[in-house]
Amino acid sequence: MKRTFFSTPYIVWMIIFIVVPMLFIFYSAFIQDGHFTTEFVNQALETPLYISVLIRSIVVALIATALCLLIGYPVAYILSNMKKSTAAILSMFFILPMWMNFLLRTYAWQVILADNGVLNMLLTTLGFAKGSFMYTQGAVLLVTVYNFLPFMILPIYTILSKIDRSHIEAAHDLGANSANTFFKVVLPLSVPGVVSGITMVFIPAITTFAISRLIGGKKYPLYGDLIEDKIVASGNLGLGSVLSIILLVLVIISIVVMHKMEAEQGNEEGGTLW
Amino acid sequence: MESNHLIELENITKEYSGDKALDNINLYIRNGEFLTLLGPSGCGKTTMLRIIAGFTMPSEGKVYMDDKEVTHVPPYKRRVNTVFQKYALFMHLNVFDNVAFGLKLKKMSKKEITNRVENILELVNLKGYEKRWVEQLSGGQQQRVAIARALVNDPEVLLLDEPLSALDKKLRKGMQVELKRMQQAVGITFIYVTHDQEEALTMSDTIVVMNEGKIQQIGTPADIYNEPKNQFVAQFIGESNIIEGIMLQDYMVSFKGNVYECVDKGFERNELVDLVIRPEDVDIVPLGSAPLSGVITNVIFMGVHYAITVNCNEFSLMVHTTDLVPVGEHVSVQILPDAIHVMKKPKEVSEFEIVMDEEKE
Repeated sequence: MKRTFFSTPYIVWMIIFIVVPMLFIFYSAFIQDGHFTTEFVNQALETPLYISVLIRSIVVALIATALCLLIGYPVAYILSNMKKSTAAILSMFFILPMWMNFLLRTYAWQVILADNGVLNMLLTTLGFAKGSFMYTQGAVLLVTVYNFLPFMILPIYTILSKIDRSHIEAAHDLGANSANTFFKVVLPLSVPGVVSGITMVFIPAITTFAISRLIGGKKYPLYGDLIEDKIVASGNLGLGSVLSIILLVLVIISIVVMHKMEAEQGNEEGGTLW
Repeated sequence: MESNHLIELENITKEYSGDKALDNINLYIRNGEFLTLLGPSGCGKTTMLRIIAGFTMPSEGKVYMDDKEVTHVPPYKRRVNTVFQKYALFMHLNVFDNVAFGLKLKKMSKKEITNRVENILELVNLKGYEKRWVEQLSGGQQQRVAIARALVNDPEVLLLDEPLSALDKKLRKGMQVELKRMQQAVGITFIYVTHDQEEALTMSDTIVVMNEGKIQQIGTPADIYNEPKNQFVAQFIGESNIIEGIMLQDYMVSFKGNVYECVDKGFERNELVDLVIRPEDVDIVPLGSAPLSGVITNVIFMGVHYAITVNCNEFSLMVHTTDLVPVGEHVSVQILPDAIHVMKKPKEVSEFEIVMDEEKE
């Protein structure tokens, strides 16, 4: 029996749950009553609301990714310079929340940020005025960053801890002080980790809908909310499909850009998650 | 302090959680010499190199360079460059940028950098490889880039940490000759760490034999080979027969029931000593023509010579000879006076025996 036989269940699975739904999306996006139509495409591209939501989604995803990188890189760097055992324990703290369901974590933030929530309780006991945090763009961003931060830290930490100490010593040996060593050796060598971190944060962030729904309310819908709204609430399968395809194209573009960035780096030492 | 002492190590001790990697080392290194730190793994030779480079701080003692104390000066402020064991080349840079790394940090002009990189690449026979990526190079070529990257900075001392250990035997031989050539071309001090005695003998001006954090012997390759100071050195450098004997008087030693003439003196009468007899200094002669006789128990073809084991009653003698003598033959063994080298018995006999056992594995 051929070994490829064992991949059959997976191939069947892929066809049923990935290929067929994709074909279905494309069908409902361009075919209406048995005829080819671009009506949904026009709607999607010409309605100002849809465009502004798309732009908001991109901006939120970009800012969230940037914040994750700004927080995640130093954390990963510090972890990688620690004793292996200490780093293992500390990185557990970053992974621990991931054991819990994503939605539960987001609900937990509702409890924290609500008008009578934990944060406001803390503020009033400290003598500050109550704030209103829920249903703000800042809250959406905060929870997005919180949810996706581990996906930035882990690939960067992995690649940083794989950098041979001798590279750093070689840089010192050649006259580089600590800052030079970081910017000329450590940072360039960690680019593959940064690229996979960005990819792993940006793509789920741009396609997310639960966070904006639960934390942002109806005020700050993202593109994912729009798709869900069109398909589930309005039953407009055609428009929902077109919006999905637009998002898909966006994701594909960002993956291609990431790969380009990594290829320009010239080295493919491996160790990335993509 | 003499002016040609480029580096001095004074009472250097390095402890790792109670274990002494280096134990009170005193050593000076002359300007322009090729010095090799030789010893088995774990003898402290790499620690010593790292202390000179500045990567490791000694627990006690001082390091001087050019008569100035540099014990706590960070590596990037020392005029020392290192060739690392696994090269540690920067994978994200091409050959030119790897070599130019140190020069760019010194803010040299583009023209000057290009000039110096070209020159050094020519020295290491890598002209025309500027634009190549490190991973496109063979192990030997990467090795040359690593040497060029270090040498281009005009260091006073080049430190080499077992740089040839990753290369195959033939390439290694070629690089030994080339390293020596490069050292003579640039005229700076090379400090070379290796566990390979052949490498040490081929390239060095001075060899420092180390074991268990202590210097065992310092000398020229010929000194170290011909006049080993103790059992450890004799055993570690080349093959040797080490036999216990009694120094009857100056120039006369007895072992295994026979009395031999030798070239050593200055021992006490009837002092218990160790004798080193190099296998290539012994000759197999027809039975009866020398006092020591035995039977051949083993013959191994080694390429240039045969390694023959002669069993002389209670001990075996290793003999290297180009003449093939069949196993089982009864022969005599001729040992001439200058083949016998007499060493003082080590005080801590047991310590050396342990080391020798490890070496045999």
